[in-house]
Amino acid sequence: MKPQHDVLIVGGGGAGLRAAIAVAEADPKLKTAVISKVYPMRSHTVSAEGGAAGVIAKDDSLEEHFYDTVSGGDWLCDQDAVEAFVREAPQELMRLEHWGCPWSREPDGKVAVRPFGGMKRKRTWFAADKTGFHMLHALFQTTLKYPSIERYDEWFVTKLLVDDGRVQGVVAIEIMTGRIETITAKSVILCTGGCGRVFPFTTNAAIKTGDGMALAYHAGAPLKDMEFIQYHPTGLPFTGILITEAARSEGGYLVNKDGYRYLQDYDLGKPEATPVFRAMELGPRDRLSQAFVKEMQKGRTVDTPYGQVVHLDLRHLGEKVIDTKLPFVRELCQKYQNVDPVKELIPVRPVIHYMMGGVSTDVNAATPIAGLYAAGEVACVSINGANRLGSNSLPELLVFGARAGRAAAEFARSTSDTTPAAIAQGKAEHTRLAKDFGGKRSGRERIATLREEMQKTMEHSAGIYRTRDSLAKAVTTLRDLQLRFANVVIEDQSNTFNTERLAALELSCMLDVAESMANAALLREESRGAHQRTDFPKRDDTKFLKHTMVYRQSDGSCRVEYAPVTITTLPPGERVYGKGS
Amino acid sequence: MADRITMQVSRYRPEIESDAQFEEFEVPCPKDWVVLDGLNYVKDQVDGTLSYRWSCRMGVCGSCGMMVNGEPKLTCATFLSDYAPGPVKVEPLRNFPVVRDLVVEIGDFMRKLVSVKPWIIRKEEKPISQGEYLQTPDELDEYKQYSMCINCMLCYSACPVYGLDPGFIGPAAIALAQRYNLDSRDEGAAERQEILSQHEGIWGCTFVGECTEVCPKHVDPAGAIQRYKLTAATDYMKSFILPRGRKADEAKPV
Amino acid sequence: MTGSPIYREHHPKWLRPRMSTWWWLEKWAFVKFILRELSSVFVAWFVVYLLLLFRAVRDGDGAYQNFLAFSANPIVLTVNVVTLFFVVFHALTWFALAPRAMVVHIGKKKVPPFLIGVGNYGGWIMVSAGIFWFLLR
Repeated sequence: MKPQHDVLIVGGGGAGLRAAIAVAEADPKLKTAVISKVYPMRSHTVSAEGGAAGVIAKDDSLEEHFYDTVSGGDWLCDQDAVEAFVREAPQELMRLEHWGCPWSREPDGKVAVRPFGGMKRKRTWFAADKTGFHMLHALFQTTLKYPSIERYDEWFVTKLLVDDGRVQGVVAIEIMTGRIETITAKSVILCTGGCGRVFPFTTNAAIKTGDGMALAYHAGAPLKDMEFIQYHPTGLPFTGILITEAARSEGGYLVNKDGYRYLQDYDLGKPEATPVFRAMELGPRDRLSQAFVKEMQKGRTVDTPYGQVVHLDLRHLGEKVIDTKLPFVRELCQKYQNVDPVKELIPVRPVIHYMMGGVSTDVNAATPIAGLYAAGEVACVSINGANRLGSNSLPELLVFGARAGRAAAEFARSTSDTTPAAIAQGKAEHTRLAKDFGGKRSGRERIATLREEMQKTMEHSAGIYRTRDSLAKAVTTLRDLQLRFANVVIEDQSNTFNTERLAALELSCMLDVAESMANAALLREESRGAHQRTDFPKRDDTKFLKHTMVYRQSDGSCRVEYAPVTITTLPPGERVYGKGS
Repeated sequence: MADRITMQVSRYRPEIESDAQFEEFEVPCPKDWVVLDGLNYVKDQVDGTLSYRWSCRMGVCGSCGMMVNGEPKLTCATFLSDYAPGPVKVEPLRNFPVVRDLVVEIGDFMRKLVSVKPWIIRKEEKPISQGEYLQTPDELDEYKQYSMCINCMLCYSACPVYGLDPGFIGPAAIALAQRYNLDSRDEGAAERQEILSQHEGIWGCTFVGECTEVCPKHVDPAGAIQRYKLTAATDYMKSFILPRGRKADEAKPV
Repeated sequence: MTGSPIYREHHPKWLRPRMSTWWWLEKWAFVKFILRELSSVFVAWFVVYLLLLFRAVRDGDGAYQNFLAFSANPIVLTVNVVTLFFVVFHALTWFALAPRAMVVHIGKKKVPPFLIGVGNYGGWIMVSAGIFWFLLR
């Protein structure tokens, strides 16, 4: 039986849409489809604010972007991938400009760049402070001009069909009607984003529940470097809304309850009047989050009903600068926290923002399963290593989305028909969904209760600082939650737009991802980048300069293996910031 | 400050009822809670069958538009305490078919969006190696406002013309067409003119202006439409007075 | 949505509430809109009234006296006062909307909408002042 699509892309955010365009441009005769549980313009790419890094300034070079990325990633990055990434990033951003993205400009009409944390030179392209929004809408509106790109809007994929050593399609639920369909394809690209919702405070939207990671995990693909999760040092308490790094790159100060710029106590340089690259408030995110925890332990943070916070001070920038360069920051603070940055201090705390880990891919976005590709936050190539630099993830979507699209198009040209076994798998999935998620009136566990327990466990035991005991406890609790999940109650028996059933499916994905994260963290006995163990405070290159690979066993538990890191030109060194390097 | 507030939420379950009805829920009402927090509280703790869309809760994804006390609002940006002592009525977005509870069907807008060709149209593309199309900050300002649309469709809910005539292309679609027409890199204004100048394009608009009032991103679709009316009318006149040589010169809007 | 797995374009169970004939009474903004549209009827009445005046003038003194008597009639007077109010309302709403529709550029910069409004009202006041001076001198 001929597959319905040549390339099926799961997820309609920046990476997914870029992949779709790449396929359509590689070969307009290929049947491409984007399947997403939300309309593409709702994808989480839309929330990104700060910018996208790409080398175009005269005083900048690919080597420097490469160095910043690899050292920022604490040498866990695969350097061949980073080389390709820094080379292709400016081209992809330029391509997006040609597609209409309204990059902010210099007075002479050329694209403007600004400084960003962890980068030594100005190389971050930006569209006011709504870069992700403009990028996503430019990409989405551009996909509308290709007739070969179809869309399944508001369909939730529950399973990848794998047979004969390759991927054969998916099973998905049409959310509006509850209809379950097997959709066959010659290749599948996962672009479903990260999984911030396993934590209680996150910048991530409600839809970031790790669906694609769980799909690949269940299909037998390994999840790489799952223990590396990035906190963004400045998020609003309660809502977790991100206050962009750009607020600091334009000159904001982080102060504790005494109004003191506390970062100078943590080896990040000395306070200056204007921002200095890679020092103080423009240091890398993991170091800033860790400084917060230490301040909290010293009792120098501010107490609020939503927990401990510090303050971001923008008052000295003046109203004109704030309204031109940071209008969205002002709007967010006023609308959601009733604070005006022009006159008041903004309460902030570290919030979960990005997952460096994900579905393991090579430099062409291919997973170990033939025909299965992944790009964007869901994937781990790895170019971000142990800690991602701000403004690297948006170009990552474009570079690897395009690579995935081209690779999938190439693969789709060669493969053959759908096997009967794959169709049978699809039918089995229909039955499983009906049985496990169809008639659950008599369950005992509420979805929200399980979700909150998972989030509390992750924050407490697998947060900014971890110990063997806290992680072991997390592993046990999460296993227990998985078993309790079998008894979850789904009150909504309707087939029309059943969001409770979706919430249950998403929770099962999150539990899988959380388990892989806790297990990976437990076994990495060193501190590197965003993974900080108080019982192993030093980086250990002899034992742990390698990628963690988590595989799912048939009983649901995790098996952890390791894979080497590709080092080409930059042997491991020390991450230094604020020393005027 | 009241501790709790009553929410009157519109429910519609097509499998068991033939029309929508209201159900009351009492929810906590702290100063920071928005209407969406109230709905999440109901779904998590009281009634898991309540269905609605939401995602970013920071007013940029456009998912959570609903009618709050008769006004189209983003529920993630509308404080519950503003309606104290309540009750506060929450209904699905007006002028769209209701699928379930607070969920509406937006396929009509998606089709209209495609019809206005919202992408850069050029006769000749510059190769990437030659760099960017130069665009000064002033040129960016020309269309920047119209590029802020998050597709939340509050404007369609506020528009009585769309309510009376679902064939009307609508505020957001026309504003997005203008966003491209006024982009100095675009050369496709003539291509868009056909669909925009029809009866159910810009001429359907009677400038009620409510779309601009409710837009959470200050896109001013009403202004975009009236500007385009001026352009279309001027072009029509010009095509009579100066018929020759008009073809080559694209219809660049004022 | 294009062809495959058959997306249902119309579903019989979707609710499509009808818009009431009295929709415009729901919001003050809608009432103002309808009044603005209705004001054109009053403008039309003034045109008719002017034509009646032209005819009266053309037909000589007697017809003109009849016209004056007609105008002095309390009903006609009331109608004309109301019409004057609506015509002024018509002009004001028109001027309020004009800057939204007209974006004027001087060189590269946009003229702020406020100035366009000032230009419109200024012109109106000057022309009216000129007419008043002419009539009252």
